Amino acid sequence: MPKVVDNVQIGPSNWKMRVEVPRLVAKAKAGQFVIVRVNEQGERVPMSIAGLDKAGGLLTVVYQVVGKTSALMTTVPSGGQITDCVGPLGVPSHVEKWGTACVIGGGIGIAPILPIAQAYKEAGNRVITIIGARSKNILFYEEEHRQVADELHVCTDDGSYGHHGFVSDVLKKLLDGGVKIGMVMAIGPVPMMKVVSNLTRQYNVPTWVSLNPLMVDGTGMCGGCRVAVNGETKFACVDGPDFDGHLVDFELLTKRLTAYREQERQSMHRFLAEPGCKLAKDVESFVYPN
Amino acid sequence: MSNPLKAKDRMAVPQQKMPQREPLQRIKSFLEVPYGLTEEQALIEASRCLECPKAPCIKGCPVEVDIVGFIRLIMERDYAAAARKIKETNSLPAVCGRVCPQEEQCEIACVMYKKYGPVRIGYLERFVADYERDNNLIQLPEIALPTGRRVAIVGSGPAGLTVAGDLIKLGHQVTVFEALHRPGGVLVYGIPEFRLPKSIVQAECDFMAQMGVEFHNSMVIGKMETIDELFEMGYDAIFIGTGAGLPNFMGVPGENLIGIYSANEYLTRSNLMRAFDFPIYDTPIIRGRNVAVLGGGNTAMDAVRTALRLGADNAYIVYRRSEKEMPARIEETHHAKEEGVQFHMLTAPARFMGNGDGKVASMECIRMELGEPDASGRRRPVPIEGSNFVMEVDLVVVAIGNSSNPLIPRTTPGLECNKWGNIVVNPETMQTSRPGVYAGGDIVTGGATVILAAGAGKKAARAMHKYLMEEVKK
Repeated sequence: MPKVVDNVQIGPSNWKMRVEVPRLVAKAKAGQFVIVRVNEQGERVPMSIAGLDKAGGLLTVVYQVVGKTSALMTTVPSGGQITDCVGPLGVPSHVEKWGTACVIGGGIGIAPILPIAQAYKEAGNRVITIIGARSKNILFYEEEHRQVADELHVCTDDGSYGHHGFVSDVLKKLLDGGVKIGMVMAIGPVPMMKVVSNLTRQYNVPTWVSLNPLMVDGTGMCGGCRVAVNGETKFACVDGPDFDGHLVDFELLTKRLTAYREQERQSMHRFLAEPGCKLAKDVESFVYPN
Repeated sequence: MSNPLKAKDRMAVPQQKMPQREPLQRIKSFLEVPYGLTEEQALIEASRCLECPKAPCIKGCPVEVDIVGFIRLIMERDYAAAARKIKETNSLPAVCGRVCPQEEQCEIACVMYKKYGPVRIGYLERFVADYERDNNLIQLPEIALPTGRRVAIVGSGPAGLTVAGDLIKLGHQVTVFEALHRPGGVLVYGIPEFRLPKSIVQAECDFMAQMGVEFHNSMVIGKMETIDELFEMGYDAIFIGTGAGLPNFMGVPGENLIGIYSANEYLTRSNLMRAFDFPIYDTPIIRGRNVAVLGGGNTAMDAVRTALRLGADNAYIVYRRSEKEMPARIEETHHAKEEGVQFHMLTAPARFMGNGDGKVASMECIRMELGEPDASGRRRPVPIEGSNFVMEVDLVVVAIGNSSNPLIPRTTPGLECNKWGNIVVNPETMQTSRPGVYAGGDIVTGGATVILAAGAGKKAARAMHKYLMEEVKK
């Protein structure tokens, strides 16, 4: 069973876990994902790779508490274990030298965009990074991104820090200002990836987005992760997770992500009601994502 | 004690019926449907065997189990020896006794078949395998001296397990890589508990492990290590038994609505992830009231019977040909009917309609009639114009087969595949276009059966042993 080196809270509902999986880390590349199972009764949960420490054999994943499984993950102590961590899965992000590339991370997407920014940088690109969150206290990885990016823009929806507004506003300003961007890569909530893609379509800037549909096996076997790209059905686990943002059917993705909303609530409530659950005090205030 | 009855008297012994749970009871749980023969029944059934010298039944078996031999041992009441006799050629008797289509293999070849009904070889195989396991009589077979050769097996389904069992006995070092978190492949994720209890698959895998087979779960070969890297790691020969593993959809409008599953996903959620036990287990599954399963194979029957157990009021099989053309085993169709599954034959879906929230609410179908035979030899279904009608459904399971999974072919230079993506092999040796690389099961044939996969594994193991001893210098 893979060892969890550390598992620390990095925001009101965001956590960072590092797992010791040297063989996986040796093979993994930016843009790929892993599937984690916390315990014997657990779901198989796909998680984007948020960092690869090749020398130490450590994988970093960053997660937000959105339901039972992510809540359960917070209970794994540093030095503890999880039942499985399988990967690397999916196709690595496409990397080439475009000149200037722009990476955009929204919310929890701030994490997996970091290794992609690093890969773009290593390929000789000038990297403009835009990260955004609802509010200042949710932001993380600013320093990490500053070390990689040639130019970093930070924004918050409520204006509590950095630019007041959305990541797409910053991108629009850059494009209107005549900055030549060869490639945009966006990871974040579906509405954000959709807005970014709609924007770059007008400016004819090629755009990748990393999709996060529901999955079971992650190897192409179940077809649960199907997404529509250019009117064609694709399996995000083996054909993706990165797709051309201008061709993705975001409405379908949004809908399919709600498939188990009711069961997710039921599961979470059951978990919070367990004796000794430290998150139980939040049961009333727990906000389910849309 | 050998069989005292004369041939004529043996023919007069009535064929034994498998005791099983009552249909209305069994659809309330996932417990196995047939209980298995009692010892008394097994002795009676075994006494029907004519012990034909030519034993046509053995020729009908893809792995050539010594059927006459093991039935004779049942007559001697040495059930564990009977199980060991089967295991000489079949590594998975408890599994095959349950899921083999005996009616088209060994039993159809039985000389009693036409007039008296065949000896129920499958029931007897199951009986001795269960007897041996339940009474802790499983003995490790003799393992040859170590050869120093190392074998990697990719995929732990029936093909891979067969190769593993055969090669470990011959003294090779065997490692099995499985992509999922539990070994067994389709036996675990695909076939439901009520037809093949997972504890039995686990027992078969544990037995392999006791013989020395090493299992590495959660290892996706093609993503983690490639075939070439396995050779670099010191494996001398490799067997690819990764299964079919890429579900087909029909390509009709509305197919990506919520509530439309591939059979693989539906069954994996219920079987491997135990979603039937949600919320004790975390993986959810949609429980439909009106469930349509599209397709007519064994997988379709597994899915539709699962739907009943998950509380469906109406569970339909929707199939575009007639019942005669359905590829499912008669026994499976029979079980489904007993349980109340409704069969809509000569019917095909034309599109799916949602409820506004992106969930499937109904399905427009069109009636078919049978035309001229097609390439498969079955009569081609032709739509009847203007026959469209709408069925109310809140869950649809698409069980129309699989394409081959691309992960290994894409990452293995020089591995020849046909236009459907199936790996091309020499049918005698199961060797691929790459020396030292063998393949078998659904990845070679497309969707088939457990025993055909095991048969392919058998052939491959024989050829791999020869290759390891003659071509690999140590």
